[in-house]
Order: sequence, then C-alpha cells, then structure tokens
Amino acid sequence: MIAAQTSTLETASLYLPLEARILDMRPLTQLEKLYTIALPEGMSLNHRPGQFVEVSLFGIGEAPISICSSPSQSGNTFQLCVRRVGELTSALHRLEPGDSIGIRGPFGNGFPIERFRGKDMLFAPGGLGLAPARSLINQVLDERGFFGRVIILYGARHPSELLFTEELSKWEKRDDVELHVTVDRPDDNWKGNVGVITTLFQKIQVDAPNTIAVTVGPPVMYRFVLVELLGLGKGIREGNIWLSLERRMKCGVGKCGHCQMNHIYTCLDGPCFSYAQIRHVEEALS
Amino acid sequence: MKNSMVISKTSMKAWIEHLGKDFRLIGPKPFQDRYVFGEFHDAAEIDLNYPAAMLPLKKILLPQREDLIAFGKTNGKAEPVLENRPTIVLGAHTCDLHAIASLDHAFLEGYIDQHYRSRREHTLWISLECLEPCSEHAFCKDMGTLVTPDKFDLHLTDLGDDYVIDIGSERGAALLHGFDAVREAGEDDYRQFDQVMSQKWSCFPYRLEVDFTDIPRLLATNYRSVLWDELGERCLGCGACTLVCPTCFCFNVIDEVDFSLHEGKRYRTWDSCQLNEFALVAGGHDFRPSRAERLRHRFFHKYKNQVATSGLAACVGCGRCAEACIANITPMEVLNSLHRRRVASARHKQEASPQ
Repeated sequence: MIAAQTSTLETASLYLPLEARILDMRPLTQLEKLYTIALPEGMSLNHRPGQFVEVSLFGIGEAPISICSSPSQSGNTFQLCVRRVGELTSALHRLEPGDSIGIRGPFGNGFPIERFRGKDMLFAPGGLGLAPARSLINQVLDERGFFGRVIILYGARHPSELLFTEELSKWEKRDDVELHVTVDRPDDNWKGNVGVITTLFQKIQVDAPNTIAVTVGPPVMYRFVLVELLGLGKGIREGNIWLSLERRMKCGVGKCGHCQMNHIYTCLDGPCFSYAQIRHVEEALS
Repeated sequence: MKNSMVISKTSMKAWIEHLGKDFRLIGPKPFQDRYVFGEFHDAAEIDLNYPAAMLPLKKILLPQREDLIAFGKTNGKAEPVLENRPTIVLGAHTCDLHAIASLDHAFLEGYIDQHYRSRREHTLWISLECLEPCSEHAFCKDMGTLVTPDKFDLHLTDLGDDYVIDIGSERGAALLHGFDAVREAGEDDYRQFDQVMSQKWSCFPYRLEVDFTDIPRLLATNYRSVLWDELGERCLGCGACTLVCPTCFCFNVIDEVDFSLHEGKRYRTWDSCQLNEFALVAGGHDFRPSRAERLRHRFFHKYKNQVATSGLAACVGCGRCAEACIANITPMEVLNSLHRRRVASARHKQEASPQ
C-alpha cells in the first residue's frame, strides 16, 4: 500500500500516515496506557527527546502525542503514553497488540540536549508531563557521564495517577539520581510527600548557574513552578529553564493554524522552548 | 507592457471555447444578486464586469472541503487524493491574485503541502485589471494590491471594444498559441491603454488613515488596547470574516466513513480562529477563550505576525470581511481607530508636558 521509503517524513502527502503496529500495550493508570510501537519495514523514527507524533485511526481521527521513550532506548520501536480523554484516545485504548495505527512524524523541535551536556539537570514534570520529560530523562541517564547532578521532582494529583511507577522505583534506587515525588491528595498507603509540586523545591539546593531546569505540565503549573525556578526561587537563568507547551497541534506541520502563538507555530518552532524564548511572547504562558 | 496582445470582445467567446478544450474553466458567474467563481463552458455563463465574487479564489486552491486521504478500514488502503485537472481561472481581480502569494507562503514554505501544490501547479490565472472600485469596503489601494503581483500568467485590461492582454508567464503565453483571433498590440492600443490606466487611479479612494507599512508598529504598541475588548463585545464569533477572506487558510481535518463502513475519506475543511474552541486542547484548556482575544489574534496575524514571517500582510484589502460582518466590524474601523487613538494620545502627552 505505501511505497518503500527510508524516512518517515518522505510521503506522497504530508497528511498520509505510515501504518505502524502496536507491539505491546499496558495500563499505567486508570486513564493512561503505554504503547510500544514499530514502524513498517524496521524503519526508525529517528526522533529527538521532546518531539511528538501524530497518531491516527482512519475513520476516527488524529491527535498529537508526545514520544515518551528516549532515542537511546528506541531502536526500531518507540513508546507513547496515551491518556484516554477523547474519541481517538478512547479508541486507541480499545486496541490490542498487533493492531495497526497511523503515525506521522516525528514533529516539533525537541529539547536541545547537546546544549544541556555538562550541566546539572533538574526535571520538574507534573502529571502527564512526565511522559515527554521521560524521553529526555532516559536519554540523560543513558549518557549519565555527560551530566552533573540529575534531580527529578515529580508531582501527581493522587498516588493512583503516578505514571511509570516501575521506572520511578528504579530511579529511586540509583545513587546518581535524586528523586522526589509528591501527590496532592494521598491515600491510606501513601508514605511520601504530600502537596503540590512546588513544595518539593524546598528539599533541594541547586548550583543555579550550572543548572538546566526542564518542566513539563499544564499551563497553571508553569505559573507556579517558574516562580520556584527564577530569581526569587532557585535563581536559574531564563535561558536555562525549558518548557514543553501544549497546544492544539492538529496537523503537526505548520499548516492548519491551530497551534499559533503570535508568529510562532508551536508544532514547528516548539513545543520545547526556553523561558527566555517565550517570556515576551504574548499568549505563550498567559 | 511590451509585447502585449489584443483580443476583441467579440472574439472572447471563441477564445474561451479554444481554452475549454484543454482546461477546466472557472470564472465569475451571476448567482442570485451576487457573483461566484464557478465552472463554466460558455462565455455567456460568465460576466467579466463583476464587482467582487462572494468567495475568493482560495476556494480553487483550498476548497471548503478537500479530500486528503482515501482509506479502507479493513484492507489497509491509504492513498493521497491529489487534484490535478488543468484549470484556468478567468477574470481574477488583482487583490485575489495577491492573496495567492499569501497562500503560497502558508502551504509551500517549510513543509510542502502536496495537495495545495498540485492544485497550484495545475491552475493558470487570466486576471483582470480593476478600473473602478467594486465595493465601499475595498481598500486595495491602501494595501498595494490594485496592480498585478510580480507573478501572473495573463492579465486583461478592458479598452472598451477590446481587451489588451499582458503576458506574465510562458504558461500564460501558451494559452494564446493556436488561436488566431488575437493580434499584437500596436501604438494606438498602447496609447489607449495608458489613457485608461492613468484615469483609473483617482477613482480609487484611500480608506486607511495609517500607512500600511506602519500597521505592524501600530499593532505592536496596541496589544493591550481597550479597543479589543470593545470589539470583543460586538463580535459574534461567527467566523464569517475568515471564511470569506482570500488569505485565511486555517483548516480542520475530519474523517468520514461511507455507508459501507469499509471505506472513507480524511478531508480538510475551512476552520476559523474566530470560532470558540479553535485553540482548545484535549486536556480542556482553551488558549484563546474570549472573542476579544480571538479577534485580536486575527488582526495581529494579518497585519503584523505574517508580515514578520513572510514580508506579506495577510490582507489584500478586498473588503469581503467588512461586508460579511453582521456586527459591522471592518479592518478600516479597527486600524483607523487604533491610529486615531494613538494620535490623540500623542497630542495629549504633548499638551501635558511642560515646555
């Protein structure tokens, strides 16, 4: 059906997805499932941490989903963490391993990891934000020697909503990763921190000039996390604070207009931005 | 205007028949009390002396509904749908031609949209010089679109009994090959042409009080103007302005399964940044929830942000949005209001400052 090709982006139509296959899918929480996906003919996605793909099912539709596996751990497969929120994602949740799905991408800029090397890494993902952050965290951990400290502050609303719990316990056990997890509302079994993600910042000291902060979460979280990271908080420079912005990236290729913020197409110029790049862009963080 | 050709109006019918042999023809057809661009086969179906078509020519290059992918639900079929019928659009006004440059920027810069490119490459334009204003809302003269853009195929100017044909491209020139009822323009034709042209300029009014090169700056300093809130109160958020706009290109993509439930189409359809939920994401956050913000986004995109990225304003001054707006919000009013307020505030500051 689809002619042999070497790059996922060389198609007869920008909007024509490749037919990929679900190798594995397992639930992470009530709402999120983790998919391991293979492209046709052993093709590699060749993505960067922080990029996304357009996932589609013919007859239902298409949506942008962050790639949550690191390039270092991807090979000929990659992973997506899909929250069931709409028609497409509900249909995705009903699929089985072996089923095919449409993939276009990878799209977006991704995080400039080469500029992060040599620095301390402070990750502050909230909720589903851990999925895109994980693509960078695992890349950093697979190149561990190129980075200083690795600090991960992760917040979720409830213990049942924590994503990648197996990985969290692996990171917890490593002596070269400082992991702090918090939940807004604990349950009876929860023995860890309680409170929103900003309460974790008091637990850590950072060498501000040498630290890259990466925060991924909903708009309201950025407002509070940025206060912790900037001058009045940890004092990290604006250009060293990185965020991934959520927008309606319907086409992924800078055509459909939905993800515009002023002159910026989030799907092309982003979704990863330093705070210095977007602090003067009206609409970016408002 | 060298090497122009001349065709008499009485020969237009024959030329159209000649062109119709190899091309799908699209031109301005009377529809109710207005005009629409539509397919035609005979010169009698169109009227080149039309004011402005209801919908701009983007409907040829980016139709309201355009199939992108034909798919099979069970057989793994997924094929791009590309429109490649050779097409001639006859009678395009120069504002609408300028708008195509803006669409080209949207669809051919960066990732190339093959669906748009295929339509673009298979379409030729025989445009028409505007000799009098077509609408009280048009401000083409302000926007610099009252003349042909650098690139065109053939351009007609009405000299009364004849049209003089300016040749802009080789593909355009080829449309005259094998058709005998055209002749090379002579000195008399050029003289008459110059006369007609030099008379036309004064017929067209300037309608903006601000020079169009100054509009990006005017907007840059007025992001937080109360005018946006005032307009937001009036705007109905219906999106009519963007639908009739020759440069608006935003689209949505929708899947449609046919009755067999086995086959279907993934198609795109015009969308509008003025509509509620345009910027709504799956998680529930709407990044432009108010009409004031959405209207401001439209003006900033048209007159500032696209100028920054492409050098072209995403407005050609055709006036369709002004005519379509049931709340009577017009670009002239918005830009002139911002300008007047700027002038008033500068005067106020000057008077208040001790000399």
